[in-house]
Amino acid sequence: MDIQGIHAVLLERFGEAVVGSQPFKAIDPWIQVAAASIVEVGTFLRDDSRLLFNHLNDLCGVDYLETDPKKQAKFGHEPHVEVVYHLTSLKLRHLLKIKVLVPRWKDDVAGQLPVVPSVSDVWSIANWHEREAYDLMGIDFSGHPNLRRILCPEDWVGHPLRKDYDFPLEYHGVRGH
Amino acid sequence: MSLQIEDPRIVEFDVQTDEMLVNMGPQHPSTHGVLRLLLRTDGEIVHECTPHIGYLHRCAEKIGENLSPPQYIPYTDRMDYLAAMNMNLGFALAIEKLIGMEVPEKAVHLRVLIAEMGRIASHLVGMGTYGLDLGTFSPFLYAFREREIILDLFEETCGARLTYSYLTIGGATHDLPDEIEMPDGLAALIGKHKGERLPFLEVIEIFLQWLELRIKEYHTLLTRNMIFISRTAGMGILTPEMAVSYGCTGPVLRGSGVDFDLRRDGESIYTRMYEGYDFDIPVAPFKDAPREVALGDNWCRFYVRMLEVVQAIRLVRQAIPKYKAAKGSYREPFKMNAKLPKDEVYLETEAPRGQMGFYVVGNGEGNPLRLRAKSSCFCNVSVTDQICQGVPLADIPAIVGSLDIVMGEIDR
Repeated sequence: MDIQGIHAVLLERFGEAVVGSQPFKAIDPWIQVAAASIVEVGTFLRDDSRLLFNHLNDLCGVDYLETDPKKQAKFGHEPHVEVVYHLTSLKLRHLLKIKVLVPRWKDDVAGQLPVVPSVSDVWSIANWHEREAYDLMGIDFSGHPNLRRILCPEDWVGHPLRKDYDFPLEYHGVRGH
Repeated sequence: MSLQIEDPRIVEFDVQTDEMLVNMGPQHPSTHGVLRLLLRTDGEIVHECTPHIGYLHRCAEKIGENLSPPQYIPYTDRMDYLAAMNMNLGFALAIEKLIGMEVPEKAVHLRVLIAEMGRIASHLVGMGTYGLDLGTFSPFLYAFREREIILDLFEETCGARLTYSYLTIGGATHDLPDEIEMPDGLAALIGKHKGERLPFLEVIEIFLQWLELRIKEYHTLLTRNMIFISRTAGMGILTPEMAVSYGCTGPVLRGSGVDFDLRRDGESIYTRMYEGYDFDIPVAPFKDAPREVALGDNWCRFYVRMLEVVQAIRLVRQAIPKYKAAKGSYREPFKMNAKLPKDEVYLETEAPRGQMGFYVVGNGEGNPLRLRAKSSCFCNVSVTDQICQGVPLADIPAIVGSLDIVMGEIDR
């Protein structure tokens, strides 16, 4: 099924407030899903006999922020964080990309991580992918059974893939740079 | 007065062993790198197995945001360093998809030839080290002897033996060499042509002919070996449902009986490479498997890899005449400082260990806004806790080894 068909199925089930009026055009078109409904949408995508997206290829965060004031005019995105889900149906052999957009910081308080519901109950692999997104991108996945850092050490400060991340000058007496 | 025991069975139940936490790794020889497994054991039996990763984290994704795509190619080598050619190919294809580049026909067949040779080399290491995990040393020596020849041939094509950076955006950095001096290793193995200069493609053909005969020996050494079967069959069973839910890919997924290979079922930019090639995709269960084997166990995963070597040989054989007949250049030029369009792509390719994905977000600049490398081994190793429960401690290396992980790719 192509992206228009998938979107029509989702629109019929969830309505425009959840999945937007139409898919976004790109090389890989995507559907934007409201953060609060991602678990229901995910479960539906996995179980509906027309869709059967049983394989989560990838889950990652993207930080949209331009720190250089000279380039900000050309940047073309409002500052925000995206969680991108790439799905495949191994049975029906079709692909889907869905996105959840959240503010960079919860309630615009710097340091308060934005919250996205966890889909680790829908696809088991999301457990590790979400831990990685939390570790590197700083997204709080609510309802995650074990949201700990996975690649960085447990006592690491900050989320390295954020565009405004400050590189630490030393870690346990080891100098950086 | 002597102590009376009313019911002797009570004493038996009273004898208990304490639960113990055992750290296996990160510097353990059978964890294939710096993987640390935290095992909760009751005597010999493992109840819980928690993998801890990140010891080889080199910030590959952050580095990618600060480099242009051609500069990033050498970093992809260092992800899965045992199949660096396939990593190069995956990243190059993702960028080509982003900028909408068509690769010349000659480059396509060159890529198939090189990528499948890389697959053979990678599976040979997988086979050899799996033997080491199970305590047999000789398959490892044979596997590395064969792999050495492939490395010699790769060295002739691009000068490097491990981190090639050969397949690049638009094709490859060089064309294949016309004529090379016969590698000493291969000349010694087949007992002729020492010091002779032969056409490169002919040397590959000589090597494949020789390798094909060796595969029967590997099957005698490992696949059909009684000790090997009793260590692998029925052990570490990964059900198809679990494999799909945990995002397992590659031989691990096909070993569990799910028929999915991106070379056939992937996106058109990737499957176009393999158009006109005739190859099979080995999927468990196998008719010729020993009786003890169950679907999705260690043996199946291992056997899928062994059969994939045979298919890779077939593909290389088909690529040779196609490459010879193909016209055009080996490379479509790509500027070092070319601007990436404001768009984003995700592309997965079938690397030897599973589906390697690259997600590139361009934003009108030379460097991508975000570069994400989705690792196949990352997903494959996440399943260890599920398949290691209730097995003896000594079988942990057998199960982890059958997943064939490379830590460089997991931690990136």
